[in-house]
Amino acid sequence: MMPTVIQIPSPVDPSAEGATPDRASEPAVSMAKAIQLRGFSAWYSAHQVLSAVDLDIAANRVCALIGPSGCGKSTLLRWMNRMNDTILGARASGSLHLHGLQVLSPDLDVVDLRRRVGMVFQKPNPFPKSIFDNVAFGPRLHRQYGRTDLEELVEQSLRSSALWTEVKDRLHRSALGLSGGQQQRLCIARAIAVDPEVLLMDEPCSALDPRSTASIEELIRELRETYTIVIVTHNMQQASRVSDTTAFFDEGRLIETGETDEVFTAPRERRTEDYVSGRFG
Amino acid sequence: MSAGRAIPIARRLRHDRMLLIACLSATTLAVAVLSALLISVFIQGLSSLDWHFLSSYASRKAANAGILAPLMGTLWVCAICGLIAVPLGVATALYLEEYAPRTRLRSLVQLNIANLSGVPSIVYGILGLAAFARCFGAISTDDPWTLGSPDSLFFLQLPFGRGVLAGGLTLALVVLPIMIIAAQEALRTVPKSLRHAALALGSTRWQVVWKVTLPAALPTMMTGAILSMSRAIGEAAPLLVIGGVLLLFSVPENLMSDFTVLPLQIYNWAGRPQDDFHKIAAGAIIVQLVLLLLFNSVALFIRHKLQRPLQ
Repeated sequence: MMPTVIQIPSPVDPSAEGATPDRASEPAVSMAKAIQLRGFSAWYSAHQVLSAVDLDIAANRVCALIGPSGCGKSTLLRWMNRMNDTILGARASGSLHLHGLQVLSPDLDVVDLRRRVGMVFQKPNPFPKSIFDNVAFGPRLHRQYGRTDLEELVEQSLRSSALWTEVKDRLHRSALGLSGGQQQRLCIARAIAVDPEVLLMDEPCSALDPRSTASIEELIRELRETYTIVIVTHNMQQASRVSDTTAFFDEGRLIETGETDEVFTAPRERRTEDYVSGRFG
Repeated sequence: MSAGRAIPIARRLRHDRMLLIACLSATTLAVAVLSALLISVFIQGLSSLDWHFLSSYASRKAANAGILAPLMGTLWVCAICGLIAVPLGVATALYLEEYAPRTRLRSLVQLNIANLSGVPSIVYGILGLAAFARCFGAISTDDPWTLGSPDSLFFLQLPFGRGVLAGGLTLALVVLPIMIIAAQEALRTVPKSLRHAALALGSTRWQVVWKVTLPAALPTMMTGAILSMSRAIGEAAPLLVIGGVLLLFSVPENLMSDFTVLPLQIYNWAGRPQDDFHKIAAGAIIVQLVLLLLFNSVALFIRHKLQRPLQ
């Protein structure tokens, strides 16, 4: 079920800007811009969902992707770790660079990409295993650990996701016994246990109550120091609360992007203003 | 306010009650027929059940007859059938559900598997006779290739002849489509979100299957395995073709040994005019039922064991 990935050298390709095509040899740029899209378009079969998106996402910051349903923001997120490979007929063109990786390249090692780019899904999806085994799942995929090392790693990940004190006495009980908010924080712990560079979050709070949402938002602000975070959200307040930069999409196009404060208080585009002020969408 | 005529509550409740009665009577009928059958079998057969019955060979006198040969034959054949059909079925289901691209070829294969599960089992018997017992005539059955001594547990020959291996393989053919379909259903019950979670952590497809999909589907798969084995344990027709012997005075010693199975023995005894033989046929049916229950409880036990860490 490999997707057809077409590489079209777009006029704004970084290589065309005088930079060397090999991203690994230009750490200065890739450090500042964790993710860089140029002329990025995406389709599901014949239906085009994103057209010619140019977007830079800085490292160690939170970038919110906002826009009405069907604007393509989730599709973009799922291309960043190539989860769209699981969808029949999904394809993309243009360029998507992520920490020195050419994400759309057919030669890309998807397994390695996904280790470096963690994902948190809309609905909490813990494995029907113990809390410990959920967090240890990713690390065990990639390396062999001694018991104490693994225990330490699990504790660290659960501490980072602010779940440790709540679950430390029941690590070996089923993760399905946790509340929705705890499950989502467990999923975050599971994602960061493999030490990714980027965290993708696809409406991580949409299935949660306000209190759990608040705790996840607080967590996102803390995690920013370690990870580059891209979050898709339908909640305007959430975008303004947790993100540093915001990108507004509509009908498959990137309408506006900038510092979150500016996008929300002084948008350049009329459509952005209408959307963030709740006049449509 | 709203359009349409109101349906009186009383009528709706009446319908509700009527449906309940209909469903209840259907259930009662099924249970009644089944218990009538069981009770008559137990009344007829219980008296013939003793150690002698289990440990003796067949006899022309009903009072002396036992079921040692068919009992051991059933165990051998079903063990071979299970060891072959379950892994093959699970692997096929895994390929079709988790790996195979959704092409027309796959749909064709899928359709054929569904059709094969409905093919009369005697057809498999004929196939098994040609393929396993006779190797399609490629090697003469009078002069087979042999490996080891005929007295040894590990004796093998090609073609297999009409032995337990040919019988077990034929039964495996019969239950394979059922096993595949059941395993596929089991795999489909595993939510996509779990596969996505595993993929997003950097699992290879095999790691997703081995660590997530298979463990989550296993309890349901066990149910499929139980169904398949229940079918296998009750099959008589294909084994009759393969050469299940009706009167046998030995138990299988290796994969090439002659065999008979319980359903064949029951068929044989039940078809005789003497009432005494009907009684020992009923006894054999009870043994077969107990065997089936044992199979199922082992599967349930494994299933329970597998689920325990989650609770």
